[in-house]
Amino acid sequence: MQEIEISQLRALTDLIKQRHDYDFGNYAMSSFRRRVQRIMELYKFASFDALMEKLRGSDAKYFQEFLSEITVNVTEMFRDPTFWVELRDTILPALLSDNKIISIWHAGCSSGEEVYSMAILLKEMNALDKVRIVATDIDNAILAKARDGVYSAKNMEVNQKNYERMQGLYSLDAYYKEQAGKAYLDKTLVKDVSYREHNLVSEVSFAKFDLILCRNVMIYFNQTLQNQVLKVFHESLYKNSFLAIGSKESLIWCEIANKFLVVNNEEKVYKKVKD
Amino acid sequence: MHNRFQLDDHYRAIVIGGSAGSFQVISKILSALPTDFELPIAMCLHRLRHVRNGFVEALNIKSTITIKEPYDKEPIRKGNIYLAPANYHLGVEIGNSFALTTEELLNNSRPAIDILLASAAQVYGKRLVGILLSGANKDGALGMKRIKDRGGLTVIQDPKECLIDTMPTSAQKITTIDHSLDVQSIIDLLLELNYKVKNAKDI
Repeated sequence: MQEIEISQLRALTDLIKQRHDYDFGNYAMSSFRRRVQRIMELYKFASFDALMEKLRGSDAKYFQEFLSEITVNVTEMFRDPTFWVELRDTILPALLSDNKIISIWHAGCSSGEEVYSMAILLKEMNALDKVRIVATDIDNAILAKARDGVYSAKNMEVNQKNYERMQGLYSLDAYYKEQAGKAYLDKTLVKDVSYREHNLVSEVSFAKFDLILCRNVMIYFNQTLQNQVLKVFHESLYKNSFLAIGSKESLIWCEIANKFLVVNNEEKVYKKVKD
Repeated sequence: MHNRFQLDDHYRAIVIGGSAGSFQVISKILSALPTDFELPIAMCLHRLRHVRNGFVEALNIKSTITIKEPYDKEPIRKGNIYLAPANYHLGVEIGNSFALTTEELLNNSRPAIDILLASAAQVYGKRLVGILLSGANKDGALGMKRIKDRGGLTVIQDPKECLIDTMPTSAQKITTIDHSLDVQSIIDLLLELNYKVKNAKDI
């Protein structure tokens, strides 16, 4: 298949902004191109113009499907086990030491594996009832999936291995039931989690948190948008509270990097030190 | 001397892909480069998804230039060698920086060679050199085609010399390969490239 040109991608992001009020103009174009190409193959569009035509219409249901495919929803439970060890042994104990309720925001929670991981970790720390969790994503459909906690059983092997590497207390299958190729996570784990639609690109801070996890989300944004989103996180954090990003992400090229201090460089945990 | 391959002097970056049987090859290449090698090199080598540490360290034992696993949006600088990190795809982004992603596996791989090669071809066009080494699947073939389609230079390890030749022969099947070379000749080509690029700049 012919590769999509940058000028075409610009026309596409302009159209989506105009017709559907979502702004992908500052997404990283190398991956955005692949997502668009993937959608064209998935829905068998004969040409780029055919895709444009479809999006020019006001078919809200189709746009929801487009949105679910354009965003990347590939994740694991306990991705980077050493990161979860850092949370369990250092970050969370520090936050919980004041014996007050702490708040955590999973920004770009996707299908919810990270939220379930957090709930399991907190449960094993006897702290699940001391934490208020908010999980957000741009895609309403994936939020429904995050709430359900039903995953393909074949993914559980990787999840189990990650759980073992972070030395969880039990075995991961203590938290789910398997049936007909699906793993059903124990929903009581996330019964108090607030799942809500939120677009990091266009929306502002809505609350203050002690810990924000936004791992492998900003990698889909260009530097301009990363700067903008970091400002939202900065505004959404109490002073001396924490931001965790993906292990191969860095704040050093961001404008307000100096308002954060690296707490753990290997696991990419930062502390907000300046207002 | 320095004209065996009749290379142009307009190249700005090199991308290398490899899989099964490529570790020794890449080590040999890296040990033969001068420390002032000019062009940035980005490598995507198939590796274990859940082992974050150890691989770049193993390559660095032999390499004359310290190899780094880039962060997302890290600027691509001349004189540097980069390696795709475990469990991330590595791409080249507009504005001459790297972009990492956690997209689906491609060709059963993350990092996938096709993603690095095709995205680099988009940014560098004819100023890109693509090198594909020994490997057991077809990852990288489409990427080599993208490089050729945009006017870049395509080089494969001579299938006869490869431990497993599926990767270079898959590329041969779908695009024009400018040079099919044994390891020593790949090194010679890189040295000639370095000579040409450096001298073009001095004029």
